[in-house]
Amino acid sequence: MTDMPVSNIVKKVVEENKEVRTIFLEGNIPGAIPGQFVMVWLPEVDEKPLALSYMNGETAVTVQRKGKFSKEIFKLKKGDYFGVRGPYGNGFDVDVCKRPCIIAGGLGMAPLAPLAEKLAKKKPVVIMGAGSREKLIFMKRMEKAGGVKCATDDGSFGRKGFATDLLEEVIGRVDVVYGCGPEVMLKKAYEICRKNKVECQLSLERYMHCGFGVCGSCAIDGFRVCIDGPVFSSKQLSKMTEFGKFARLKYGKKVSLNEYYTWRE
Amino acid sequence: MKNPTVLASGFLGVNVEMLKRVAEEGAGAVTFKSIGPRVKSGHRNPTVLAYEWGVINAVGLPSSGYKDMEEELSKMKEVGAPVFVSIYGASIEEFCEVAEAVAKHKPAVIELNVSCPNTKAEGMIFGCSEKLASEVVAAVKDVSGKVPVMPKLTPQTLNIASVAKACEEAGADAIAAINTVGPGMLINIEARKPVLDYKRGGISGPAIRPIAVRCVYDIYEAVDLPILGIGGVTEGRDVIEMMQAGATAVGIGSGIYYRGIDIFSNVCDEMKVWMKENGCRNVKELVGVAHD
Repeated sequence: MTDMPVSNIVKKVVEENKEVRTIFLEGNIPGAIPGQFVMVWLPEVDEKPLALSYMNGETAVTVQRKGKFSKEIFKLKKGDYFGVRGPYGNGFDVDVCKRPCIIAGGLGMAPLAPLAEKLAKKKPVVIMGAGSREKLIFMKRMEKAGGVKCATDDGSFGRKGFATDLLEEVIGRVDVVYGCGPEVMLKKAYEICRKNKVECQLSLERYMHCGFGVCGSCAIDGFRVCIDGPVFSSKQLSKMTEFGKFARLKYGKKVSLNEYYTWRE
Repeated sequence: MKNPTVLASGFLGVNVEMLKRVAEEGAGAVTFKSIGPRVKSGHRNPTVLAYEWGVINAVGLPSSGYKDMEEELSKMKEVGAPVFVSIYGASIEEFCEVAEAVAKHKPAVIELNVSCPNTKAEGMIFGCSEKLASEVVAAVKDVSGKVPVMPKLTPQTLNIASVAKACEEAGADAIAAINTVGPGMLINIEARKPVLDYKRGGISGPAIRPIAVRCVYDIYEAVDLPILGIGGVTEGRDVIEMMQAGATAVGIGSGIYYRGIDIFSNVCDEMKVWMKENGCRNVKELVGVAHD
């Protein structure tokens, strides 16, 4: 049993939009399922958890340019080395659904795109929300997997409004909702599911050190996001007092989600 | 304590809810991750990794400081098992400042982290010397009231038993041993860089168990205090071994990596089987039996 960064070579870099890139690895992550993540290491920069956006065959992570770490990832080009360990986390449980719905906010599409592909036979309703048209990612990929409904804040594509507005409209004809994105959106999606007695599986995010369940830095109440999650069921979410409200900074201080997101930037 | 297993400091003990969960998973007692005098952000990732024989870490004592922990500490009773609180400081004054605030919440034990190998000013420097370790213990005893004080010692000293003895003479109520060994280093040969961002890190897990057992054995010969034996325990047999060396209670930390969070109840079940097979009725009978 080891959990050390393994050196990988960048196979190719795909620009999804100005702010989002997908980095394909030469190597494979055997046995990975949608919803799982890897710890990506850039020597002398940082190591962070990133969801796998492609797996089985091609393996990739998708990154949004935000802070220092992602700016360094944007410098990666074909042939460069970087460290990867994993896969970590539980991933989505696909066996429980007959009529799945997938709801993504912005980069939350990264772990959900391979899920949509895996669930293609069950014809999932895929909903994607973003600030504007150019922020929507994996559009062609989702069209291929069976279609996607979009919502944008500025109305530049699809419905003007939130992804959760679209969820309200389809909730009556789905049995499991899979989600990933900003926690405010996920909290709303959770409430919609609860009201309509629909099961949900939502992927959450917290600051992480180890990724394998020993350090406690990613705690949400008594749950460890890295190993008990990152995907949590309706039942687990209902027990969380911090979901949609609080998160911990690197040094453990519990703060509001707003403060946490500001710190992450 | 309902059993001798203790969640070792540094693992999972970030909030009351997590400690409660570990207690529900079977731990006899649990420890709050080290709390310092003020905000300390700790080191940059990678900070915790596992190699073939153990875990290596340089988390660097991240803490929001005792003032920010007051709310969590005030809920300690909800845990449902005795709660130990680990504290650190860069000076005797800082240790006392934190201990005084923590003692008000009446934890079962205040553990003094005088042995962290991953920071410059805090930690190991105190545990390496009989003089400094005993000064910290004596000073903390003056401000901690009735709360028992337990220094956690480093194996990186010439004679851990004499450090333990000095702590006993200074008024320590128990001794914890050992903290991580090292620091060590691992290099990613393609990147041509040390893998931990801090470069050096403390080693825990199965690799250090023989060192921990020897330290507990030496300390048992030197002092008349209860010993919390920590280091590389992953099975019921390891707990029994540590107790035979002289430990009254046994810490589990890296074992969570190898066996999962339910290691506490599993280890206790394994101990029961061994005790039945070996005609042992009470774990207390095991303490120190390996000595001449």
